[in-house]
Amino acid sequence: MLKFDNVTKRYPDTGDVLRNISFHLRRGEIAFLTGHSGAGKSTLLKLIAAMERCSRGQILLDGQNLSQAKEKQLPFIRRKMGVIYQDYKLLQDRTVFDNVALPLVIAGYGHHEIARRVRAALDKVSLSGKEKKYPQALSGGEQQRVGIARAVVNKPPIIIADEPTGNLDPELSTEIMLLFGEFQQVGVTVLIASHDISLITQLNHRVLKLDHGQLVSS
Amino acid sequence: MKQGNKDYIRKGQPVKPVRHDTRQTKIAGGNFIDKLQAHRDLHAHALFSSLGRLVASPFTSIMTITVLAIAISLASGFYILVMNLQQLTGSLEISNQISLFLKDDVSGTHASKLADNLRKNPDVQSVKLISREQGLAEFQRYSGFGAAINALENNPLPIVIQVVPKNSLEDKQGLENLLQSFQRYPEVDFAQVDLQWVERLQSIMAVARLFAILLNLMLGLAVLFVIGNTIRLELHNRRDEVVIAKLVGATNSFIQRPFLYSGFWIGFISGVAAWFIVTVLMLILRQPVEKLSGLYEGSFHLLFLSFTDTLALIFISSMLGVLGSWSVLVYQLRQLKPE
Repeated sequence: MLKFDNVTKRYPDTGDVLRNISFHLRRGEIAFLTGHSGAGKSTLLKLIAAMERCSRGQILLDGQNLSQAKEKQLPFIRRKMGVIYQDYKLLQDRTVFDNVALPLVIAGYGHHEIARRVRAALDKVSLSGKEKKYPQALSGGEQQRVGIARAVVNKPPIIIADEPTGNLDPELSTEIMLLFGEFQQVGVTVLIASHDISLITQLNHRVLKLDHGQLVSS
Repeated sequence: MKQGNKDYIRKGQPVKPVRHDTRQTKIAGGNFIDKLQAHRDLHAHALFSSLGRLVASPFTSIMTITVLAIAISLASGFYILVMNLQQLTGSLEISNQISLFLKDDVSGTHASKLADNLRKNPDVQSVKLISREQGLAEFQRYSGFGAAINALENNPLPIVIQVVPKNSLEDKQGLENLLQSFQRYPEVDFAQVDLQWVERLQSIMAVARLFAILLNLMLGLAVLFVIGNTIRLELHNRRDEVVIAKLVGATNSFIQRPFLYSGFWIGFISGVAAWFIVTVLMLILRQPVEKLSGLYEGSFHLLFLSFTDTLALIFISSMLGVLGSWSVLVYQLRQLKPE
């Protein structure tokens, strides 16, 4: 599903942020991406989300080579993944419903289909009944779940989460991890960047550990 | 298979792992009609939400639209001015009439004798004598200086004889010779071919027309830049929204759409406002102009923007709006990378 092959990312002013990274995440596999801050976690996620291009090597997402994709293809590649952000990245002036519906609107679904899927996604993250609320009226945990609903509403084959539990208490964190487990069970590939060691050891998933831009364990 | 795939998003019993149907992500849900409806909904939404956004910040919108409306009304005002002047020269084109202004000391009887004489000239088709009194009356009626003229003790106007040459005298040299012969009469102070005036007026018109075209180009460019800048600011204000849309897979054309509609609305509303400004100005000018036109024996009627002109005006300003925002978006969206 997701394959890194000798990937190096170099920035002109900071040098190599990632060096010769190789790993393969299979369909339906769940993994943590961990490492000290500045180890290159967010850079790696940016490479997957096609926000940055790698300097050397190849990234294959669902058989598609990201390093060779044309600018015009990027939106369609991004539709194949659901990305969850630490700062949620919600539109504050739109309702929960509109936030979750955005990927579907962009993909050109009809409004009946949109309403049905948004309701299903909100139900999945236990936010039914909050469609008409604005993000500001929700707690941090609820906003994070709106972000998750938005990431899964389009049924992407891969979900990428950047510190999804960074702002949440342990109980909520566990709840959200269980949610990811459910997605994995239906064949979705999940990659979670986190430095929450207790959570990682508790869940016993595969761990990709970055250290100074190199993969030290996978 | 498909049912199971849909279910993973719902709560409930765990479903056994299924191969994800990637076609789902490539082809938007539903059949062709659904897609078409979704597309239409997107456009309708962009059309109305962009209008709503203009209304939501009335102060900025009114300022921008006023500036644009003034620029556009200047352009169309010049256009209509040229159109009116063209109509004026158009009606004068055929006349190659010669006006003879007689000397002050020539009496009325002498003048009519001279007029009779001129009628016998084989090159002359018709002759019209305008006495001092007639001239004064006409001048008083139309010039608006009636009271001032009453204050004068003497009538300052000369006797004028208007001569229309035979049509056979179309060529310039013949006309010139006739003019020379009239000039030699001792009673004639000054002879002039009106055609010369027409020619001069026509070349002035050509200059005016060119000037109007250049001015309209400049104003069009100004409109383009003002709208472009407005859209650039709006894009800046809605940067977060654009970045998030990009992150969840929006194409540039999806992101551009509401901004293009904003540009359209700004252009459209400015066009309508400009039409309104021009029409009000024309209504103010109508009476004095039509009074003035009496001097040309009523041949001149003020032209307003016609229905086609109005449509063209609104269409062009709307298109300038779309073009102005498009030119900015193409550049700005390439710069705007998601963080």
